[in-house]
Amino acid sequence: MTQESSIDQDSTGLEASALSASGNTDDLLEKTNYIRAVADPKIVLRDLSFYYGKFKALHDISMGIPDRKVTAFIGPSGCGKSTLLRVFNRMYDLYPGQRAEGDLILDGENVLGSGIDVNMLRARVGMVFQKPTPFPMSIYDNVAFGVRLYEKLKKSELDERVEWALQRAALWDEVKDKLKQTGGALSGGQQQRLCIARGIAVKPEVLLLDEPTSALDPISTSKIEELIYELKDDFAIAIVTHNMQQAARVSDYTAFMYLGDLMEYDHTDNIFTNPDRKETEDYITGRFG
Amino acid sequence: MTRYHRRKMINAFNLTASIAVTLFGLVMLGWILSILFIKGFAHINWAVFTEMTPPPGESGGLLNAIVGTLLLTVVAVLLGTPIGIMAGTYLAEFGGKSRFASTVRFINDILLSAPSIVVGVFVYTLFVSPVGHFSGWAGGVALAILVVPVVVRTTEDMLKLVPSQLREAAAALGAPRWKVTVHVVYKAALSGMITGLLLATARIMGETAPLLFTALSNNFWSTDMSQPMANMPVVIYQYALSPYSDWQNLAWAAALLITISVLAMNIFARYGLKGHKQKP
Repeated sequence: MTQESSIDQDSTGLEASALSASGNTDDLLEKTNYIRAVADPKIVLRDLSFYYGKFKALHDISMGIPDRKVTAFIGPSGCGKSTLLRVFNRMYDLYPGQRAEGDLILDGENVLGSGIDVNMLRARVGMVFQKPTPFPMSIYDNVAFGVRLYEKLKKSELDERVEWALQRAALWDEVKDKLKQTGGALSGGQQQRLCIARGIAVKPEVLLLDEPTSALDPISTSKIEELIYELKDDFAIAIVTHNMQQAARVSDYTAFMYLGDLMEYDHTDNIFTNPDRKETEDYITGRFG
Repeated sequence: MTRYHRRKMINAFNLTASIAVTLFGLVMLGWILSILFIKGFAHINWAVFTEMTPPPGESGGLLNAIVGTLLLTVVAVLLGTPIGIMAGTYLAEFGGKSRFASTVRFINDILLSAPSIVVGVFVYTLFVSPVGHFSGWAGGVALAILVVPVVVRTTEDMLKLVPSQLREAAAALGAPRWKVTVHVVYKAALSGMITGLLLATARIMGETAPLLFTALSNNFWSTDMSQPMANMPVVIYQYALSPYSDWQNLAWAAALLITISVLAMNIFARYGLKGHKQKP
């Protein structure tokens, strides 16, 4: 069993609660494994389900997301990977009728509870979307927007922060002479890097990337992938992607999802070279999906 | 005759008919405008902008009416815009499909097409009858009531055009709902909202019926909003119906001035603001 290799023996103490939550022993073992697949996880999902009204889109997902690593979510369209990502920062709260059940534990705290300040959570868990979404304001203000929400910085400190974020997003050299120009005037790839800069300017702990390169050309895509590789020194990164090669290139861990279930979760190498499940192998090799 | 020929003939007939009807409409508009421009420009002179409305037989201008219309319009826009923008924001951003929002939307649609004379009578019973005399304030309120539904509608429509991804992106940074609305969504919809405002302004500048019951008119210089106030539409109404040719001439000049301002505002709203629009 390849999974054995990835399971860290340093127990997180979470398997006991996973055990008590579920019935079937096979299921049980799997869930425990998926939580324990990661040593010292930044985020732990335990029996997480999600509903669009009455439709159950995610089925009791349990897993651990590592800190300062890249975790990729792959699977065919409609498998729930984007839905799962939107639970991490409670994006679904914007829409009535959508709700999550189970636990999503960030640094030991269940963020799905009612006492959580959702805006504070979103300041800690940043998100970049499929389509670049620059705000209708200058490049500078785009990056400063999130910072101004939660920090009172002096002008010089804010300038530094904006430059830092744009440097980090590998965009500084291209825009340093036109910070006052509107963000909408940049190219698609630049806009997406601007969105990443905006996301990291607030210094989040987790960065969620929802198909960040699907609307971009190959050159922009490779720039963003390099960026992801750089950024994982600072953040826990979760990326949803339709591009198998991309998942293989950028991620340390890969989760394969299908019809709202987490089918397999392991080190990316294991998933791509020696998957446990037939479905995973079929999907990766392009036999379906 | 093949079906193909039949189809071509039907197409040709319909196309010709549509073009003819369009031309008819355009000719009418051109006719109105050309007569207005010919007769109006003939009577535009310096006195129109510097002298008060005269008694019959004397020379005079429209200064008090021009200033009155500007004052009434400003008051109406200042009163109506905040209400309109707030209501429109509620409908687009917060109300959603709730029963209350649907009711508000429905009532707003009724208000949008309500005959303006009804609004005039309504304000008359509310602000003129109890006070005992006509006043500029009453006129401003009546026009404001006409501004509100237009602004509500355009604000809602423009805000709904803002992609929800933009709201999500702002919320994803931890921005509270109201900051998302004010700092991001308004900015994205700004040019559209200003367009709505200009269209509303253009609409009320030419309204006569609500002012007949509220501001009435004034033959003297007055900027006192609590007194009857001169204004262009009512001056046109009174002077055009009068038997005195110098009054009729002033009515032509006034009609031209108001048409030009409304036209300019519409053109600016449609084309002047286009450059500000964000790329989606």
